[in-house]
Amino acid sequence: MSQKPYHDIPGTILFDAEQSRAGFHLNQFCMSLMKADNRAAFKADERGYLDQWPMTEAQKQSVLRRDWNGMLALGGNIYFTSKIAATDGLSFQQIAAIMSGVTQPEYAAMMLAGGRSIEGNRYK
Amino acid sequence: MARITAGVATSHVPAIGAALDNGKSGEDYWKPLFAGYEYSKDWIAREKPDVIILVYNDHASAFSLELIPTFAIGCAESFNPADEGWGPRPVPVVEGHPGLAWHLAESLILDEFDMTIVNRMDVDHGLTVPLSLMFGQPDAWPCKIIPLAVNVVQYPPPTGHRCFNLGKAIARAVASYPEDLKVVVFGTGGMSHQLQGPRAGLINKQFDNAFMDQLISDPKAQSGVSHLDYVREAGSEGIELVMWLIMRGALSDKVCVKHRFYHVPASNTAVGHLILESEG
Repeated sequence: MSQKPYHDIPGTILFDAEQSRAGFHLNQFCMSLMKADNRAAFKADERGYLDQWPMTEAQKQSVLRRDWNGMLALGGNIYFTSKIAATDGLSFQQIAAIMSGVTQPEYAAMMLAGGRSIEGNRYK
Repeated sequence: MARITAGVATSHVPAIGAALDNGKSGEDYWKPLFAGYEYSKDWIAREKPDVIILVYNDHASAFSLELIPTFAIGCAESFNPADEGWGPRPVPVVEGHPGLAWHLAESLILDEFDMTIVNRMDVDHGLTVPLSLMFGQPDAWPCKIIPLAVNVVQYPPPTGHRCFNLGKAIARAVASYPEDLKVVVFGTGGMSHQLQGPRAGLINKQFDNAFMDQLISDPKAQSGVSHLDYVREAGSEGIELVMWLIMRGALSDKVCVKHRFYHVPASNTAVGHLILESEG
């Protein structure tokens, strides 16, 4: 991965050219879940549905395991991968909790208390 | 002649739309948020714009990765609420203003802002949540709406400086439209928030309030703030704030602050809201 000025921001992957190129098919698969028929087909046979897309095996595994951070690392964009969450009946806040390694009630409590502090979260 | 009288800035958090659509706006969690828009509903009922130019971003609803326009202007007669995966929001169809929209497209392109012209597009929560916050739940939106979609999903979005200057070009274009129309510009999105990765949930009240201060008093200086600063300080999705600069650029240098509101949280996000009237 080439070095960019924003790579020193902790816990953050910007969806830049490099990520977008790597994640094109993963994200387009996610986009297909906008249609109810496709959501049903995916739920009925996840592996079979994923095999219709020219994604890497690592990308497919990240989807099958619902490894939300892994999908982002492999080129997924959160607005696209959240469509998998919607298919699963998960809210944005539920996957935000998973991605940041806490339970949903812990995450919700953090947000009610003013959110994750910027202090200590600017630089790696 | 058409004229821009005021600007409205507001976050466009999808959960706000869901709260309204599911009858939860009276719950303790949501009450303080909606209370911050009570003045705004009265204000816009008095202001009675003929047209809103609504600056927002699509969230992988109308645009996938197949086509990623940096600036897109909706020139259609109408725009349907998008199905974002759980059915379209139960809100009215958005009626466009093709006359002014096409005039804007022509004027902006000749003014060296190369707009993408869109004749068919569904509009997602980025556009409909601000309308719900300002107008509540009417049977029909009370004015025409021109969607102006800005890419903030694929990095990099347009710079703050470019957005600010686009706002100025919009003001010039509106002023050259012969029909007598009152136009209000909405800049939406933000404030600080991050939806992805281990830093999800980031909120920066100090940055958000300094942003609002400087957007009001010295927007030119604010337009020089780099993407890196937005992303580092306001989160990977906080960079949506560049869209507020389009609204601000469309107003006079000096503005009158009619309303200012800030609230944390709405789901994962800090909510900011301004109503600014042009002076002179």
